[in-house]
Amino acid sequence: MNTTNNQVMREDIEDLLPWHAAGTLNRRDAQRVEDALATDRELARRFELVREELGETIHLNETLGAPSARAMQQLFAKIDAEPARSTRASFSLGAWMTNFVAGFSPRTLAYSATAAALAIVLQAAVITGVFVNERSSSGSFQTASHPGAGTFVVVRFTPEATAADITKFLEGNQVTVVDGPKIGGMYKVRLAEGKLPKEEVGRVLNRLQADKVVGFIAPAD
Amino acid sequence: MQATSDDVLIGRIAGGDRLAMQVLFARHHVRVYRFVLRLVSDPSLAEDLISEVFLDVWRQANRFEGRAAVSTLLLAIARFKALSALRRRPEEELDEEKTAAIEDPGDDPETAMEKKDKGEILRKCMQSLSREHREIIDLVYYHEKSVEEVADILKIPENTVKTRMFYARKKLAELLKAAGVERGWP
Repeated sequence: MNTTNNQVMREDIEDLLPWHAAGTLNRRDAQRVEDALATDRELARRFELVREELGETIHLNETLGAPSARAMQQLFAKIDAEPARSTRASFSLGAWMTNFVAGFSPRTLAYSATAAALAIVLQAAVITGVFVNERSSSGSFQTASHPGAGTFVVVRFTPEATAADITKFLEGNQVTVVDGPKIGGMYKVRLAEGKLPKEEVGRVLNRLQADKVVGFIAPAD
Repeated sequence: MQATSDDVLIGRIAGGDRLAMQVLFARHHVRVYRFVLRLVSDPSLAEDLISEVFLDVWRQANRFEGRAAVSTLLLAIARFKALSALRRRPEEELDEEKTAAIEDPGDDPETAMEKKDKGEILRKCMQSLSREHREIIDLVYYHEKSVEEVADILKIPENTVKTRMFYARKKLAELLKAAGVERGWP
């Protein structure tokens, strides 16, 4: 019985050797491994093999080179093309989230992250459904890249917004989803068939921003 | 002077701070690039993908919850994008020509053996591992990720992380043996 237990413990320790070599074990596990290495010569020999692998993996990766300046140029060109955002609101939300989640256990967080991700996927499916139905019923199909003329905004709906909330929002404001979801859960929404004056767009944006289903909204062009 | 922490940078990025984005990019882009390159074996595609990874950070920074290290988050996004790109790519593009672009120009395992360069043989054998095995070895040894962090990145249980690492190392030992290097393990 003792032999079996010792064997299991040894295998358990051996599994941790790669992390011990990389220095990423917590203090308790690192001490367990150190204690075992001090008394088990075969384990110590195997640890040397692990260290050899560690060294060569670093060598291999370090010879892969680095990306060209193109990657950074590409990134900042895309960032410059993004809609401007409110500095204060975004930052405080981030800080709030960090504090808010600090009180939860990792497992709770894993579940809530999964639930939130699922909610967003479901929301995307619902909005896409509304979008497709509207296109079909109006009989005027528009390809995603050519949504036609008009005044457009980009909108991200709040994760809590239900299908009913979003449908009510679209119908109540007589606006139409014409494209999306894009990365970041953004949708392109048409405010009017024609080009609205800038002041009018500003007024409409303020009104729509106040709706509880809207998480983010900005002019699209 | 202490460098600004990644969490602080993310907070600033959430507020639209372009300079914070430049700092974060400068700090992490090479490692993210290497991780992606090992997955897609195409330097040009890897460059495109890392700009997408950081663009996601720019867009989603206000949702960052501080639960995991920023470097772990970056690798998780990078992996997702790399695998999606591989799924989109036609089979014919996955040829040896692309792989050759990142291969170590050294000798093959047998020739290296003749020259008694054990390190080179080891690296060659690492290149021959499956994507799944290369990935976990890189995450543990090069990216210095803990069991929990690897589990987060690969979306697998922690016990599976240990098992997968064991099998990756076992496969490596088999490849070494086939190349004439007997290590007496497993």
